[in-house]
Amino acid sequence: MTGQNEAIVAIRNLYKSYHRESLTVPVLHDITFDIADGEFLALMGPSGSGKTTLLNLIAGIDKADSGTIRVGDVDITTLTETELAHWRATHVGFIFQFYNLIPVLRAVENVELPLHLTGLSRAERSEHAEMALQMVNLSHRMDHYPRELSGGEQQRVAIARAIVTDPTILVADEPTGDLDRVSAEEILGMMERLNREMGKTIIMVTHDPRAAKRARVMKHLDKGYLNDNALQNPL
Amino acid sequence: MLFKILFRNAFRNRLRSGLTILGITVAILAFGLLRTVISAWYAGVEAASVSRLVTRNAISIIFPLPISYKEKLRQVEGVKIVSYGNWFGGIYISEKNFFPNFCVEPRTYFELYPEFILSPAEKKALLADRKGCIAGEKLAGKFGWKVGDTITLTGTIYPGTWDFVLRGIYHGRDETIDETLFYFQWDYVNETMKKKIPRRADQVGFYIVGVARPDLATEVAVAIDKTFKNSLAETLTETEKAFNLGFLAMSEAIVMAVQLVSFVIIIIIMAVVANTMAMTTRERIGDYSIMKTLGFGGRDIAILIFGESLVVTMIGCALGMILTFPVAKAFSHNLVTFFPVFNVSVKTLYLDVAASIVVACVAAVIPTQRSISIRIADGLRRIG
Repeated sequence: MTGQNEAIVAIRNLYKSYHRESLTVPVLHDITFDIADGEFLALMGPSGSGKTTLLNLIAGIDKADSGTIRVGDVDITTLTETELAHWRATHVGFIFQFYNLIPVLRAVENVELPLHLTGLSRAERSEHAEMALQMVNLSHRMDHYPRELSGGEQQRVAIARAIVTDPTILVADEPTGDLDRVSAEEILGMMERLNREMGKTIIMVTHDPRAAKRARVMKHLDKGYLNDNALQNPL
Repeated sequence: MLFKILFRNAFRNRLRSGLTILGITVAILAFGLLRTVISAWYAGVEAASVSRLVTRNAISIIFPLPISYKEKLRQVEGVKIVSYGNWFGGIYISEKNFFPNFCVEPRTYFELYPEFILSPAEKKALLADRKGCIAGEKLAGKFGWKVGDTITLTGTIYPGTWDFVLRGIYHGRDETIDETLFYFQWDYVNETMKKKIPRRADQVGFYIVGVARPDLATEVAVAIDKTFKNSLAETLTETEKAFNLGFLAMSEAIVMAVQLVSFVIIIIIMAVVANTMAMTTRERIGDYSIMKTLGFGGRDIAILIFGESLVVTMIGCALGMILTFPVAKAFSHNLVTFFPVFNVSVKTLYLDVAASIVVACVAAVIPTQRSISIRIADGLRRIG
């Protein structure tokens, strides 16, 4: 698919640093690359290489020092906090390492949560949420609270929440980092299907080479530098 | 959905929420009781009528006025009715049984005070018996008096032992009326004094003047005092409310102290709730960050934190308000002599609610500000 589809994400000359008191710690240096529409990209690299920071920047939950990030037709680096919040609600689905479900909400309510920022009616929201849970094979657990679900099930709920708004991109930060091998395989399989069958663009940060192998393209970050071109995954 | 989250969040840590609610309940109960004490202090002022004036000796209440002023008072324009009486200061069995007792001219006095409800038969019996007396329902209940009982008071201002026959038990027209008072005939005291200490006879401690038009009360008061200007006993006439307030002015420092303590309680509970909210939001910073990640804004986070603070505080407030009634009743029963009218007023309940809302909102301000201003990436880092 890479090379055939248009870029859905275009990153140009991106710089990011953190400030700790008087210290400035550079995190990302002059990052430039594209992510094609329908791509499944794995961002790899050692701890502290800046991959999560890059993911956060692409997802609009952090601000770059300089450079541009264009997602679709929007340069998100020019958006205000409020505009970014609106943009995230409709364009980005998030999958985190620790699932990050709201503990006081049932599975179906967690999935429904992002839909409250849309103009959907209550019935439509329920319908969409139930459908999303069906897609991750969790219809039978929709009334359970996160504490009543296994790690793998919680991550599937998180995936359902991520896809329920039909976002432009899915970002996943170590989605299998807290799971056993079987659950991890299940989650990766699910993400792979979302990419192949539904054409979802997925950007995944991972340490795990096994997880990275499920992606179609891999990129490596080291000390804030993108040190190679996109590698086509032989699998 | 936000309301669902905030209600469930409020009871996520049941022990902490329970203890906080308990603290608020106790604080609101204490606040309500202290405010009721202040209301009880001012009950006499609140019950005062705008159509009644009190005339006393201009030098001090402890100096009497001659009974001869009665007719002159009646002649002042705007005066409708005149009654009079004395503070008797009698002791029933022992000093610890204190209750206010007055000798009055009953025919006019009870016409001026229609809020004291007596049956016509009781009124008739009181007027017919020179040694007759009446007592309020609470007072009679406290000592187990029944109509026909003989009640003996030991005089302090008027020496000797004084026997009275209870001819009636009055009750108040409404709950703001003092039902711990004891009245008997001024003539009984005066005639006894004529025999025992003649120089102290024909003197009254105060006149109660009923005015024809309440809006002219001030003018009538001025006219009364003008009438007795340069006489042997000059008068000071004021509205009943002003007269009662004058008494309260003597104990203003105590009222101020009670008021201060009531507000200190609110400040303490504000600190407790603020601490709870600070702990709560610190624990939930991850949740709030997730919500911000999903696109929820600062306003939504503020609704969650303020809402949770309000839920916890208002539950405590409601429990405190409910408990105030039985506790106030128990207080009233035991302290009837000091606070004859000890009712939880609607104003006190409004103050309870207002104080709770202020506590909830103030306690939520800083946690909300912190939760909104934290960077999403930093908030998410705290999960796991």
